[in-house]
This record gives sequence, structure tokens and C-alpha cells, in this order.
Amino acid sequence: MNLTRTFATSGRVLRQLGHDPRSIVLLLVAPSLLVGLFAWLFTDTSVFDGIGPAILALFPFVVMFLITSVTTLRERRSGTLERLLSTPIGRFDLIFGYAFAFGLAAIVQAFVTVLFAVRVCGLDVEGPLWSLGLVAVVDALLGTALGLLASAFARTEFQAVQFMPLLVFPQIILGGLFMPRDQMPDVLHAISDWLPLSHAIDAVNAVAAGDPAWDVYRPLSIVSAFTVGAVLLASLTLPRRTP
Amino acid sequence: MDHDPTAAVVVRDLRVRRGGGVVFDGLDLEVARGGVTGLMGPSGCGKTTLMRAIVGTQRVQGGGVTVFGQAAGSAGLRHRVAYDTQAASVYSDLTVEQNLRYFARLVGASRKDVGRVLDQVNLRDRAGQRVDTLSGGQASRVSLAVAILGRPELLVLDEPTVGLDPLLREELWSVFHTLVDEGATLIVSSHVMDEALRCDRLLLLRDGRVMADTTPARLLSETGADDPDRAFLALIEREVG
Repeated sequence: MNLTRTFATSGRVLRQLGHDPRSIVLLLVAPSLLVGLFAWLFTDTSVFDGIGPAILALFPFVVMFLITSVTTLRERRSGTLERLLSTPIGRFDLIFGYAFAFGLAAIVQAFVTVLFAVRVCGLDVEGPLWSLGLVAVVDALLGTALGLLASAFARTEFQAVQFMPLLVFPQIILGGLFMPRDQMPDVLHAISDWLPLSHAIDAVNAVAAGDPAWDVYRPLSIVSAFTVGAVLLASLTLPRRTP
Repeated sequence: MDHDPTAAVVVRDLRVRRGGGVVFDGLDLEVARGGVTGLMGPSGCGKTTLMRAIVGTQRVQGGGVTVFGQAAGSAGLRHRVAYDTQAASVYSDLTVEQNLRYFARLVGASRKDVGRVLDQVNLRDRAGQRVDTLSGGQASRVSLAVAILGRPELLVLDEPTVGLDPLLREELWSVFHTLVDEGATLIVSSHVMDEALRCDRLLLLRDGRVMADTTPARLLSETGADDPDRAFLALIEREVG
């Protein structure tokens, strides 16, 4: 890996984002709006305190998945990927360049959303706020990694967006948002154990409940392992030689 | 295998299939160092596939391509070989200068090089403009500028002058000849035969085979034609008849 090329790539990706102010606003404001909607819907009940943290884990994941898969797909289709792979840049320089750039975007997004959820919507969090931010960033990186992977299997932006129901929705349904995972039918519980988002939601719930650190870091390290696996798989989908 | 060790590109028994069809079934050719080699032929004859094989982005089914004695696409070559695809492969949502700076950092070129290539492709006054606000011809010049950033020894350009007006074409050809004077080897593809006269050497491709390996002067004198279009047709007739 070459850090100059990796950071040059991150800078380039962020500059592209910088030319698209509407996306920046959507990236930063949309999650807060939706969190606000949930808080409003469940005013005067304890529901928001129950599912609020899980929603915080969800947004960075979904948003980064979409942004990454569409951006990477554009790179594959515009001919710039082929050009890049004929230069000295390595596949990992490129992928980590993307991951750093979107990770940075995710940190800002997490900061805004967590602050809004806690200060404005009054979300009750027992654990330290920064660890809520940490979980959000790891979730965002998971979304980035899966987005990179998904882009390899899509030919058009339209297809890339359709991967969301396929890859993301089952994880949301089985992640423990609608029903605690230990109350699910055995088969579904077993499946949910193999879905990274379930562990992300476990981690964020542990932070909110103020559980001991290990209950946060154990699921978080599982999410990280999935992320690394997806990045490695994604790098295999960037062959220098194509048919 | 006997070949000239000073050759820039050696293609031996290259076999490529794309999309279920055979593009090359045992192609052999050599490109000498220095000068502009024109890769001419009708569209679909395999020009782009050959160029991709030379830069090492084409998956091949057999045979091989060596560039400066190394396998095409190997890590040691990526500083020495640059490729410009037919479509402008730059980031349309970045400015001209942002594109050049990014690629400069990838190939280890300096800020000075960015200024140099901007002048060479005559886009200095567009440096701050986003590529998607440029005309097609300007965008393809940005793409060419990226290719010449790192002073590559071998420059592979796929139809670099398509869609450009005569004046710009003239300017680009003078850039190509400057690069050659500085010691670079250029491979330039075109399906416009009158560009053939500007090349030092010509490879005429047809249906995945080299129909002629010649120079512009020899092509005209051997076929007795007075322009390269007719010379090309005469060659085809000779083959068929």
C-alpha cells in the first residue's frame, strides 16, 4: 500500500463530493430528519428510547452503502477505473482511499445525527456519547465495504440501488429492530447471527443501556471483521485485466 | 523467440476472445522504439483490444505481449506506459486542474508537470472549469493531458483526435511529434485514414490480422494510390482478389 496514492484518492473522492452540495446536505441532514420523525411519532411513549439507538446504527450503514455503490459503479463505467488500473495505483490504495473518504464523511454524519438525537430529541443514552459515534462510524465503514462489493455485481446505477432491498432490508428486518433477536424463531435467530448489522445494533443498544465495555466491543469487532472481509472480497472484484 | 530486443512492443501469438467472438487468433507484431506508429483499420478490427492488451488491461486467452522486455501490465511498466481510452476517462465532476493534480500524484508527477500538460493541450484558460461543462473535444484533451503527465516512454492513445476540428488536430499532432522528439514511443489508433500520413509507421489491421506493416510513403507507392483511403481499399482488393 502506498499512502500518497491512498490519500490522493481520498482527497479526490471528497473533492467530488464537494462539487455536489445537495448530496452533502442530504448526507448530513436526512438522518436527523428521520430520527426526528421517529421521536415525534413516539412522543410520550418509551418506544423511541427503545429503538432510537438502533436507528442511529442504521442510517450511516444504509447511506454509505448507497453512496459507495453508486460512486464506485460510476468509476467502473466511466473508464476511469480502467485508466487507474493502468497507473501505479494498487487496488488496496484505491479501496482504502474510498474507505477513508467515506469514513470521514461518516464521522461528520454520525456527529450531527447523534447530537441531534440526544440534544434535540432527548434520546436517553447511558454510555458515553463518543462510543455511540464510534459504532456509527464502524457501521458506515461496513456500508462502504458492502457497497464496494455490491457495485461489482451491478451493471447500472439502477441495479446498484436495487441491491439495497436484497442486501440491506433482510439485515434490518432480522437485526433486532422489530423484535429482539432472542425472541425470534430459532432458524431466523441463527441467520441473524450471521448478518453484520445484527451485531451493529447489539453494539449500539449496549452503549445506550450503559452495558460494560466488552458488550460494546465484542459485537463491534464482529462488525469490523465483516467489514474487512467485504473489503478483501471487493478488492478481488477489481481485476486489472477485464474481458 | 526471435525478435528485435530494442522493440518497444512485441506481440506473439496473441489470442483474445471478447463477448463470445474471436478478436485475435494468433496475432504477431512488433512496434519499434521511437516515432509514431499508426494503428489503422475499420472500426471493429481490434484496435482497441490490441491497445488494451499492450497496456495490460485486456484479459487474453493465449500468447503474450511484452513491452520494453517485460510482460505487459507488470508493475514495473506502469510508470513507463500511459494509456488514453477512446472515451475521455477523467472525472467529469472535478475541474480540469483537480483531475490533473490527482493523476499527477498517482504517477509521481509534479505541479510543474500539471502546468506543462495544460499548455501542451492548450487548456490553461480552462483549468478551473469542471470537465462536464467542457465540450467533447476539450474533455478528450483533458484525458490526453492526464496520459502525458508522467512523461511516459510508451504512450498508447486510442483515437485521440476523433471529433476535433482541423486546427486542434494539427496542434495535437505537433504535441505528439514533440513527445517523440523527447524520446517517447507513440501508438495512435485511428479509423480516419488521412491521419495515416502523419505517422512514421503504419500497422493496418483488418479482422484481427495485420494486413500491412509499412510506412505511409511505401503504402502509397506500393499500391499506386494517391490517398491513404484508396491505398487501404487497394490492399483489401488485392487480398480478396
